[in-house]
Amino acid sequence: MLSFVARRLLIAIPTLWAIITVCFFLMRLAPGGPFDGEAPVPPEILANLRAAYNLDQPIGLQYLNYMADLLRGDFGPSFKYKDFTVNELIAQGFVVSAQNGLSAIILAIIIGIPFGILAALRQNSVVDYTVSGLSMTGIVVPGFVMAPILILIFAIGLKDTPFQLPAGTWEGGALKHRILPVFCLSLIYIAYLARITRASMIEALRQNYVLTARAKGLPFRQVVMRHALKTAMMPVVTFLGPGIAFLLTGSMVFETIFQLPGIGRYFVQGALNRDYTLVMGVTILSASLIILMNIVVDVVYGLLDPRVRYE
Amino acid sequence: MTSSTNLTSPHGAALAATEDIQGRSLWQDALRRLLANRAALASLVVLVVIALACFILPSFLPWTYEQIDWDRMEANPPSIETGHYLGTDTLGRDLLARVLFGGQVSMTVGILATFVALLIGVSVGAVAGFLGGRVDQLLMRFVDLMYTIPLTFFVIILMVLFGRNFILMFLAIGCIEWLTMARIVRGQTLTLKNKEFIEAARASGGSTLSIIARHIVPNVLGVVIVYVTLTIPQVILIESFLSFLGLGIQEPMTSWGMLISEGAAEMETTPRALLVPALLMTTTLFCFNFLGDGLRDALDPKDR
Repeated sequence: MLSFVARRLLIAIPTLWAIITVCFFLMRLAPGGPFDGEAPVPPEILANLRAAYNLDQPIGLQYLNYMADLLRGDFGPSFKYKDFTVNELIAQGFVVSAQNGLSAIILAIIIGIPFGILAALRQNSVVDYTVSGLSMTGIVVPGFVMAPILILIFAIGLKDTPFQLPAGTWEGGALKHRILPVFCLSLIYIAYLARITRASMIEALRQNYVLTARAKGLPFRQVVMRHALKTAMMPVVTFLGPGIAFLLTGSMVFETIFQLPGIGRYFVQGALNRDYTLVMGVTILSASLIILMNIVVDVVYGLLDPRVRYE
Repeated sequence: MTSSTNLTSPHGAALAATEDIQGRSLWQDALRRLLANRAALASLVVLVVIALACFILPSFLPWTYEQIDWDRMEANPPSIETGHYLGTDTLGRDLLARVLFGGQVSMTVGILATFVALLIGVSVGAVAGFLGGRVDQLLMRFVDLMYTIPLTFFVIILMVLFGRNFILMFLAIGCIEWLTMARIVRGQTLTLKNKEFIEAARASGGSTLSIIARHIVPNVLGVVIVYVTLTIPQVILIESFLSFLGLGIQEPMTSWGMLISEGAAEMETTPRALLVPALLMTTTLFCFNFLGDGLRDALDPKDR
């Protein structure tokens, strides 16, 4: 298993390198730059600015410099947030995004998986139809529709009642300010988890070994929890792996709607402002996390299903 | 059945029935199953109605999507007299006309991007599956690699850097949505390529390219159609997501995502500016998903 992980990590390096390189040249090839804002900058100042950020060097040299800095763990200075390095911005933002993301994952697992199991055990019952219908709704209704509507209900409609939840302010992340964003963030994951768990649980309950376990006279509860659940979790793990990576690196939509100072919002702002280094930094972080989580998924596979071999 | 009406004896009826038996193709079979599925059929009808409304109705409305009603420069309630059947937005533009036009844009992007994904995915999948060996290895490893990359980031970077234009948008989205299509088509091709009719085509001297085009591709169409129906709503979602963040379609053009974004900004005063586009878009997404599920049930050989 160790050599499997090592090999996968080795393959990840060229993948990451390719992502960084494509990203870097895409940004430099594009017309326009980070310093053409609304007010035109005098050419002398522009030249100085470009020199200060080494943008006047030949592109090959810029690339080599950037890669050298990256190897030392330095993402460079932000072009727009003066006086901040990208490392500082990402470090601040990642804490916020990861906290919210983690809460959302936990919420999704606590709610989604049990309801999926319940629906599978009572297939074609009212419970099943309710769970399936709700999860379909959660999947189809996009977050940027759900969030404003929930804000309309909880922040505006229920104003001056004990159920009012603030939106659009962060205030250092007080618990009350987190409820709505975290709930919105977890909704689609709850929906997917319930749906996937239901489908794979139904499949697992039809397997021969489940029949064997029941024939041996094991209590049904034990058959479900110990035998069926283990295999049923495989598609769930496949979904959760990249899902966790996405959640940890913050949601562009919800961080924009709720104005959370996370890295998803930094990415959107960075992209709009052409803050090259910031956009690169967030992309590299997300890509690494996703690649890492995919490796974790493959390892967990082997733990769940003894038939899977690490080749 | 005209001949059977005047035949009364059981023997005669049986005879007439045998005369009437016609071969049913797989497609006719699938169509019958689809028509029997009420949810899918209703979704299809609703989708056609929404599409017709979006593409035809705007030309019959008194206002266009970008026209500002200078007499009413703020959000107006719906009214028949002014011709703003759903009222106006905060700039005095007709909401109904904007929602319908936004639908046009969203659906067009959805269909065009899916078409791009279809072209790439089917070609890559069919070629990889049919040729096998090293070509297959190479193409599929590339697909695996692409899966591990956060591709929406690339679309955003592309859109921001090269101008937010319509053509780039659907090309870029199409270029990230073909991966699953390629995998599915490859899987189907692998099972098809050892069938007798492929051998027959080879024996009669068909070139590899013509076998792929004439025998493989038509036979994977069923699966492809299902997947296309499920890809269109995904693309509509991506487009709306980009437009919502201000990274997609640009003014004065609009799309459902942008309208929702504008509506969300003024929802305290005029909630309908948010609810109308949201409702229309969600309905469309629902219908595509139901239709896709229905088509899968109708075309998937597993469930027969």
